[in-house]
Amino acid sequence: MKTEIISSGFGGQGALTIGKFLAKAGMGEGLNVSWLPSYGPEMRGGTANVSAVISDKPIASPLVTYPDILIALNQPSIDKFGPDIKKNGLLIYNTDMCPHGIKREDITVIKAPMNQIAKEIGTMMVLNMVAIGIVIGKTGIVKYETLEKDLSGFLKKKNPELLEANLKAIKKGIEIGKE
Amino acid sequence: MAEKVLMKGNEAVAEAAIRAGCRLYFAYPITPQSELIEYMSKMMPKVDGVFVQAESEIAAINMVYGASGCGRRAMTSSSSPGISLKMEGISYLAGANLPAVIVNVQRGGPGLGDIQPAQGDYFQATKGGGHGDYRLIVLAPSTVQEFADMADLAFDLGDKYRNPVMILSDGLLGQMMEPVEFKPYKTEEELKQLDEQHFDWCMHSNEDEPNHHHHEINSLEIDPLVLEQHVIKLGKKYDLIEKNEIKFEEYNISDENDVIVVAFGTAARIAKSAIDELQEVGKSVGMIRPITVWPYPYEAISNVLHYKVKKVVVCELNLGQMVEDVRLAVNGKIPVEFLGKVGGILFTPDEIKAKILDK
Repeated sequence: MKTEIISSGFGGQGALTIGKFLAKAGMGEGLNVSWLPSYGPEMRGGTANVSAVISDKPIASPLVTYPDILIALNQPSIDKFGPDIKKNGLLIYNTDMCPHGIKREDITVIKAPMNQIAKEIGTMMVLNMVAIGIVIGKTGIVKYETLEKDLSGFLKKKNPELLEANLKAIKKGIEIGKE
Repeated sequence: MAEKVLMKGNEAVAEAAIRAGCRLYFAYPITPQSELIEYMSKMMPKVDGVFVQAESEIAAINMVYGASGCGRRAMTSSSSPGISLKMEGISYLAGANLPAVIVNVQRGGPGLGDIQPAQGDYFQATKGGGHGDYRLIVLAPSTVQEFADMADLAFDLGDKYRNPVMILSDGLLGQMMEPVEFKPYKTEEELKQLDEQHFDWCMHSNEDEPNHHHHEINSLEIDPLVLEQHVIKLGKKYDLIEKNEIKFEEYNISDENDVIVVAFGTAARIAKSAIDELQEVGKSVGMIRPITVWPYPYEAISNVLHYKVKKVVVCELNLGQMVEDVRLAVNGKIPVEFLGKVGGILFTPDEIKAKILDK
């Protein structure tokens, strides 16, 4: 089974980090993973994006052209990658930053006010963790426990409050994903 | 084996170089290679190594010349425009029979070009670049793991033949993260042995020898008869490398293949996706992926051209460079077609499939 993911948003929203944590968790569960960022000068207001592949077989091309899952944290991300989502694929998007959404009937769409959820938890830094939670809740490609272990590994001593906020955000995302 | 870590290619090759015994690194920053120099700046002090951010790429390669002349494992790295600046130094290293490792994380060219992945430096790396009759051993990785493993291989080959070695990577492999496993660090005893293997020719302090400069590191020989013998000797070394060090990967090669793809590095990864997708619908395509692009696996290509194979498709991220070597290997037996992408743009598996299927 191979899952191709594009995660995209404004610089600073944590889109690249979503790909990294999913890939790291996949690796922790013994799967093959790759993480390929867009790099270089992205236009202000444009999209910082990453191709992440998680697969039980060796990964050939790390570049995702037609994603199974698109995580869009802002509207330009939907505009850019939305049309390329595979038929019966999954779009997860942030309603707070995506006023127009998408007009496609052949994909599954899960939307959530990620800015608002993050604010309620206490810090905008965990916005991307809500999105990761939704991916896990909906698809189960990686386990919550793997992420918790990874995050605890470097946050428990350094910043236990932020760790709590992150885990809370993931759990909230999982709830939304399961609905 | 050790635990896998998720790492960028640029960082992985730096870590692997340190583990392979590299204790001297000189470079100047350039995208998309800068994580490599950044990693070295952080790690070299921790292993009592030397890190110098040189004033230019030219200075950096000449510092490598000095360090290597003292018998130490030295390395530099850059991306395409910076590698052009190093070419004089590379020719001097080759002329002076010095080992060294040079990493090129290629970007789009010519000139300053852009900062996206490309393979436009194939000619420069494999056919010369610098002046004079010399050869550079050139290794072309296609995964982050292979990129890291090649640091070790490059130092070993460099020492074995006293010849500079280039790792010809690109922006995609430099920037992407994949799980990687490292070999253990060399022990103090192993590092000492690495140095000592060069004591019969390198510059080093020797208390038993009153004249400490009895070893000469030089690429100038003004007497034509002496230079002639020097270059003939270099040629014999290159023949030996061609005989012993060719490396390639066969992918999906079988008697059923009716098309053979030849691609290296990043292009080969994308071609693998196309080949896998075609295999699922019953179309058998094989691939030869050169791992050393000099010495080049000519025979590996000619050996798989059995009667069923109708054509060879060469995929490169340039206007057509390695395709010339493939034509030499195929020698007119069947058509050789080319698919290229330039400007730092990657082809998609669909484009490769279309080329294979003549669509």
